[in-house]
Amino acid sequence: MAILEVNNLGKRFGTVEVLRDISFSMEKGESLAIIGSSGSGKTTLLRCLNYLETPDQGTIRVGGDVIFDAAAPSALKPAEIRKNRLHFGLVFQSFNLFPQYTAFQNVVLAGEILAKERPDYKSRKKAILDEIHENGRALLKSVGLETRMDNYPHQLSGGQQQRVAIARALALNPDILCFDEPTSALDPELTGEVLNVIRSLAARNTTMVIVTHEMQFARQVADDVLFMDKGVVVEYGRAADVIDHPANERTRRFLESYSVKG
Amino acid sequence: MLEIAKTLMGGFYENIVIFFWTLALAIPLGLIITLGSMSRFSPLRWLTKTFVWIIRGTPLMLQLFVVLYAPGLLLDFPIRNRMMATLIAFVINYAAYFSEIYRGGIESIPQGQYEAGAVLGLTRAQTFFRVVLLQVVKRITPSMGNEVITLAKDTALARVIGVAEIIMVAERFTKQGLIGPLFSTGLYFLLFNGLLTVILSRIERKMDYFRC
Repeated sequence: MAILEVNNLGKRFGTVEVLRDISFSMEKGESLAIIGSSGSGKTTLLRCLNYLETPDQGTIRVGGDVIFDAAAPSALKPAEIRKNRLHFGLVFQSFNLFPQYTAFQNVVLAGEILAKERPDYKSRKKAILDEIHENGRALLKSVGLETRMDNYPHQLSGGQQQRVAIARALALNPDILCFDEPTSALDPELTGEVLNVIRSLAARNTTMVIVTHEMQFARQVADDVLFMDKGVVVEYGRAADVIDHPANERTRRFLESYSVKG
Repeated sequence: MLEIAKTLMGGFYENIVIFFWTLALAIPLGLIITLGSMSRFSPLRWLTKTFVWIIRGTPLMLQLFVVLYAPGLLLDFPIRNRMMATLIAFVINYAAYFSEIYRGGIESIPQGQYEAGAVLGLTRAQTFFRVVLLQVVKRITPSMGNEVITLAKDTALARVIGVAEIIMVAERFTKQGLIGPLFSTGLYFLLFNGLLTVILSRIERKMDYFRC
């Protein structure tokens, strides 16, 4: 069964239709790259998955359960939205780390706060927190930052900050990890370290949706590629097919502007 | 000489009382006004903004007279305690100023901080108190420091409705032909504000460990 299934998603900002009839699905352990020029709606699509925007049409299913249905949006209470959005993790283009917390604190903060809602929190407080902290340390180690745990965001490079942000998004163990142009705010020499972390996540079969401008990276890492233009899906298929042999003229022109090699 | 200094100190005690009570009450009241001015309910927002406009748009000296006399004239409920009238006027006035500083601080925090909290499953309140608030405090501390120092000096205005603060006390000496005491009141303000400056820079330094 598909881990993520998006059907006929639509979104308007005023009179501008930014998403129209978007459908795709993903299996667990797969990764999907969403490509397209600026303003094609790919970031809006990602934000819809994370409840940062409310679609006007369509449904979103995770593991078969409907977590969003535009036909009945008022049915969603804030508490349900909070629970549902934990199916997803989101890594932002501009990191959005919390500046007053260290790398480690950034990673464990939400876990600590959410743990207080657990029924066994009072009786097992220490064990629960130990587990959260242990997991936080392991995640920072896995993104190569075991020596920078106690640094504040402003003491880290952009690439390191983005790796902390990835660890933070992983800390809550989401079903699907989303990336919104994770290297666009980085200096070119720093993109490699972040892409490598994402590569290693793909190698461990992390389910990911990646909005990216790095075509070569998308070709290597993603199982599927979805090309968007002006709010619609123009081409959707296996990464090798879409990027190496685009069927659609618009896809071809877009890829040529990126002059993909290899 | 020592006698004069003691008498002046008695007057300055009134200034200090006004200062601390105003600070203690206007800081939380300002937050309530901020909630009003940032409310999604537009009549409340409009009402709050009009209120802030009136308070910031008229002299504090005039507000002191209004608070002292208006309740007696309009509502047959005179305020006899002049210190009470002073505190009411000061607290309302400074809460209006503080509320605008808070609003500016809150609005200056990037939307991405709220979004990062939201996608991590935090409620709006959890995001505000655990993530945003300290950043706001750091950003507004310099402007709040300015207001606090202005407040220390504004306490002298209480004399216009007859509170025996330091300048009023010092002026009595001029009637005896002594001008020195009046001029020396400046030293009290300078010392007090010197102390405030030290405390404020300590507070700023405490938040030096992060940038936002």
